[in-house]
This record gives sequence, structure tokens and C-alpha cells, in this order.
Amino acid sequence: MQQIFNFLIKNKNSILFLFLFAVSIFFTIQNHAFHKSKFISSANFLTGGVYSWSNDMNSYFHLDDYNERLLEENMKLRNQISSMHDSVVGAKQTDSTAFDGDYIYRTAQVINNNFSRIDNFLTLNRGKSSGVFQEQGVITSKGIIGIVDRVNENYSRVISILNSRSRINAQLKKSEHFGSLIWDGDNPNIVQLIDVPRQAQLNLGDTIITGGRSLLFPKGMPIGSILNFELDDTQSYYTINIQLFNDMTNIGYVYVIENLNKDEIQEMQEGEDEQ
Amino acid sequence: MNNSLMVNIARFILLVFLQVLILNNINFAGYINPYLYVLFILLFPFTGNQSLFLFLSFLLGMSIDLFEDSGGINAAACLVVAFIRPHLLRFSFGISYDHQNIRLSATPFGAKFSYVVLMVVIHHFILFSLEMFSLSHIILILKKTLFSSIFTIVLVFLSLSLFSRKYR
Repeated sequence: MQQIFNFLIKNKNSILFLFLFAVSIFFTIQNHAFHKSKFISSANFLTGGVYSWSNDMNSYFHLDDYNERLLEENMKLRNQISSMHDSVVGAKQTDSTAFDGDYIYRTAQVINNNFSRIDNFLTLNRGKSSGVFQEQGVITSKGIIGIVDRVNENYSRVISILNSRSRINAQLKKSEHFGSLIWDGDNPNIVQLIDVPRQAQLNLGDTIITGGRSLLFPKGMPIGSILNFELDDTQSYYTINIQLFNDMTNIGYVYVIENLNKDEIQEMQEGEDEQ
Repeated sequence: MNNSLMVNIARFILLVFLQVLILNNINFAGYINPYLYVLFILLFPFTGNQSLFLFLSFLLGMSIDLFEDSGGINAAACLVVAFIRPHLLRFSFGISYDHQNIRLSATPFGAKFSYVVLMVVIHHFILFSLEMFSLSHIILILKKTLFSSIFTIVLVFLSLSLFSRKYR
């Protein structure tokens, strides 16, 4: 017994080291597993508070930029309204069950943004209390940003599209050929679209939009344009490099999208699986 | 003793905030960031309590991880360099480290340089290996380690010379 105690006391540093090392490796593996990082995230009272405090100061330096973006978006929306004025605005809304539309948009501000690592996250200054919940899409007027991953009362964490675990359904604007949007960890303004079938007609500069298969984003949200493309090893699918419309290094304000029909669609799809 | 405790607590808090609010946003050439917070581990009193030192290094890394959403990679890297620090000290400064309480500012430049470089490079290599978490990215890991280490080492020596106290 004495010897065991002596051994423990003599090696207490090594034992402490091994224990703490195991804890940190455990957290690391948790963080690499999708949707399992329960313990450590920047969406909490302390880090959220610090980030929003620092963001309060930083955002002043980008006000010009944000204003310009808002003007551009307003112009786009005004043009859309004026072109549909005759046909839609005058007509009465008759289907009262679909009156609310399919999506609700909420505004939020990015208070922390990463893009230099291989698994990047953003922190938003909105949480449960403002109606932001897990599995909602995040966009700006120019393109998509990511998917809400963890929320607490006032802050939420977003898995950026610049994350090795992010896979978002996307398609070509001019045809219905679709693939998965991933990121190879290299350039924060270039993402990859893989598994696009060889039959698709590709041209440099073609626009890529979100596909309708994802429940998180409405179909047709802009993503980016084709920078270059090549066939993968199997010679039957394209791998496309996409130049994002968004500048992922300077985001500012975003919209969080809630899909009102998501639960219903999911329920229906799960019912299909059981049969 | 009490003074040294206060200095270390202040240094801990200051370095965490400096790292997460300023240095993590540098992103020089896209991905090169200095990790100056290892300065805490470099400067922790050489004769201090080793168990406390391990625990504080873990806590330092964990605080950074909390802000960076990176799981436990900084904690693991800090812990390893804290654990092997006595060996590196003996390697760089010779046996004198065992017998007397040497101060980093009063050591020859060559010894100081090898100590800082070894600590920083090992820390960064573990950090980036755990971040990528796959051997297929080994080139990227080495590239990031090299450039970020240079950046960190320069900043470490700048802050050492800025904040060194003159004796006699």
C-alpha cells in the first residue's frame, strides 16, 4: 500500500498530465464529431458577452460597407417589386393557410467570425429568445453563410460553409444538376461543389444556387460563380471550384431563415422510411 | 512571492484577451496567426509548483478553445509543452537550471533562442495536427507550423525586449 502511495505521489505530475491530456483530446474529438460538441462552444454568456462588446466597437469601422450592401439589396428588392406590381400585389391572397409564406427571416449580427482554420464557426448575437434555433440556415443578401449549430438564450453558433464538415446541397442555376458544397480548407473565398454529374453543361462564370433538397435554405439562394472545374478520379463527376459572392472575411449582418414547413416535411419523410 | 502571483494572473488574463480579440483576427496571408499566449508558459517561474503549472497551462488553452470553438486543441498543445518544459530548460540552459533560479532576461541569447524556438514549434505542431486531425493534410500542417511559428517567435522576442526589466 505504502509503495502505491509513494508511486502516486512521485508521479503525480505525469498522472495529472495524462488526465488533463485525455480531457482535452476528448473535447477535440467531440468537436470533430458533427452535432456532438455539447460542452465547449462560443455561444455562452461569457464568450458571447466579450465578443459582442468587442464587436460593438469594430462594427463602426465597417458602417460604410454595410450601408452600401443594404442599398444594393434594397435596389434589387425594389426592382423585383416593380416588375411584379401588376400581377401580384393587386391580387387578393385567397389561400389563408399559406398566408404566412414558407419562410421567416430574422436579422442577426455576426460578432465573431473565423476563416483561417479548417473547421470554422461564427457566433451570432441572437439566440432562443429571438427565435433562432438549431438547424436554421444563415444567409446574407449576397449568398449563404452556414447553418445554426448551437443556441443558448442570447447567442448562437453557426457552422460556416468554410468548415470541413459542412455539406450543403447546391445546383446550377441554368439546369437542375446538383451536387454537394464542401470546402477544402485552402482559400476562404473559394469553395468546392462535388458530385455534379458529367452530363451537366458547365461554363466558367455560371451561377451556383442552393438546391431545393435542403430544408434549411429556400431554393435559388445565390452562392457563387464557377471559377474552374475538372472531372474527378472516376471520370464521371465534376469537381467545381466556386468563387463565393460573399466576402467570408467581412460579413457583418446576416439573416437567419426559419422554414415553417420543416417539421411537417421531415415527419412525412420519416414516415416514408418506416414503410 | 505574492507579487509574482499577481503578475502571473494579470499576464494570464491579458494574454487570453489579446489573443482572442486581436491576434486571432490578423489572418496574415489568409491563415497565418501568431499564438502569443504561449508567452505565459514560457515565462512561468521556473521553480514554481509543477502541478499548478500543468493545471494553469491546461486552463489557458481551454480558455482560448472556448473562444475559438476549437474543442480542446489549444489545451492539449499547451499541456504538452508545459509537461516537457523542464526537459527543454535543461537542454537549453544546461545544468544551471536545476540549481539556481535563473531569469530569462539574464540568460545568453543563444540559449534563450533555442528554448523559445523549441517550445513554440512543438506547441504549434501539436496545435495544427489536432486541428486538421488527419495525416492527409501533413503538408498544410507543416506549412502552418512553419509560418505561424516564425510570426509567434518574432512577437515573443519583441515582447520580451519590450517588457524586460533592467537589473543593476
